[in-house]
Amino acid sequence: MAAEFLSQRVEALGRRTAAALAEFGYIAALLVEACYWLLLGHWRRQPVRLPAVFREAVGVGVAAIPVVGLAAFATGMMLAIQGVYTLRTFGAEEQVVIGVALSVAREFGPLITGIFVAGRSGSAIAARIGTMQISQEIDALRVIGINPVRYLVAPILAAMLLTLPALTVLADLLALLGAALYCAGDLNLPVGIFFERTFTILRVADVLDGLTKSQLFAVVVTLIGASNGFSVTAGAEGVGRATTRSVVLCCIAIILVDMVFTFFTSR
Amino acid sequence: MAATESAFEYAIEVEHLVTHYGARKILDDINFSVRQGEIMVIMGGSGSGKSTLLRHLLGLHRPTSGSIRLLGHDITQLSADQMYDLRKNMGVAFQGGALFNSMTVGENVELPLREHTRLDDNTIRIMSRMKLEVVNLAGFEDLMPAELSGGMIKRAALARAIVMDPRLLFFDEPSAGLDPVVSAELDELILTLRDAMNMTIVVVTHELESAFKIADRITVLDQGRILMSDTAAAVRASDHPRIRALLDRTPRSDAVDADAYLERLTREIFRA
Repeated sequence: MAAEFLSQRVEALGRRTAAALAEFGYIAALLVEACYWLLLGHWRRQPVRLPAVFREAVGVGVAAIPVVGLAAFATGMMLAIQGVYTLRTFGAEEQVVIGVALSVAREFGPLITGIFVAGRSGSAIAARIGTMQISQEIDALRVIGINPVRYLVAPILAAMLLTLPALTVLADLLALLGAALYCAGDLNLPVGIFFERTFTILRVADVLDGLTKSQLFAVVVTLIGASNGFSVTAGAEGVGRATTRSVVLCCIAIILVDMVFTFFTSR
Repeated sequence: MAATESAFEYAIEVEHLVTHYGARKILDDINFSVRQGEIMVIMGGSGSGKSTLLRHLLGLHRPTSGSIRLLGHDITQLSADQMYDLRKNMGVAFQGGALFNSMTVGENVELPLREHTRLDDNTIRIMSRMKLEVVNLAGFEDLMPAELSGGMIKRAALARAIVMDPRLLFFDEPSAGLDPVVSAELDELILTLRDAMNMTIVVVTHELESAFKIADRITVLDQGRILMSDTAAAVRASDHPRIRALLDRTPRSDAVDADAYLERLTREIFRA
């Protein structure tokens, strides 16, 4: 009895591992294919069209500005509040600028942007592709001779790669503004001085690390969203499940990628 | 491609097609052919494998074995590029229409032209309007698919399927979910298309009336096998019990195999 129970567990574990590996492989193949169409589609008579890229860029990038901006502003201010509170123990409140500048540019700017884009677009991509899957629109694309990855995934990937770094720069600036305003009130530190110090502390590499991260997040969100969308089979309920799963996986993946990347770039 | 095009009599030839879904065998040794300019109706009850057969004819799945020749090309052997060229000669109207919901009806019909040709905008628009005229949807090009009725969706899907003037047209369940008048109109439309454009048309349906009205020949599928592939008259005269059951709408009354029945009930509960 116990042996059978154990063997069932091991079998289930094996199945799940195999399924996870298969999904990872599928995502990798999706990435290769999307990049292939982006780079070579023009010569294969299946170009990725610029208007489509711009349309997606407005959807995933421009439309995300208010929410990302607000979240970044609040996060920056929150960092300043915590920073001042902690540093007061040492009587070193003025040093808060270093902490805020580095953590915003290297960490919070890209992370906040990534998480919010994952919430907005990770779900939207999965829902859109999933709905198209169950209404046979994906099949219709294929029989017309349009590669679905080229037509649906590649434009979003390009749009994400273009807009996420831009959003991250915006988030960086607004977070710093939030922090500067708090410092102006609490420490009587003029906003101009705050930014001046910030820009002497920050190296180009710090900002670039953050932007590189945001590009990784762009790839993660697009691929997880698309792969969940394509794997929808069971009707409207399937679309709902894929959407939820996509958002959760996107957020987790972003945090894990962030951790690994930070580990390697901070040493 | 031009050299081979006049050399074949059959637009579609399927030989020894076997397909599986997971471990389950769906189609078993399917052989049939469709002549050029013919209307072939694939008929069968639900679960007979007719939808699966259609998906294989469209090159959406890879069969386990066997060959499918469309317009002289074996699609199980074609490269992606060759398949891309072949698809310009194929039109498909799906059961639910499968119109792209984010585009207007006009944009839906224009899409194949935009992807496959370098015609200028106005020409594309005029050509797609011509096809909308053919299916009696003139003036509806600015509506969204969600604003159309079921019959209109099918007709719009048909317009999109024929916009490239394909030589092969596939139509999945044209009359499913439509009232008798609208479905009769669609049947007329299919006959007109064949006569006017000399298309080879494959229609998958379970509606008897429509099937006998439009078909030159009928292929009857049952449980993944072909029972018969012959002229409409021969199918109507057939005395095969399963075909009779389908034609006379009698319920299936197979003798129950006791062992198989018990095996189905207890499968995966008692492990050997």
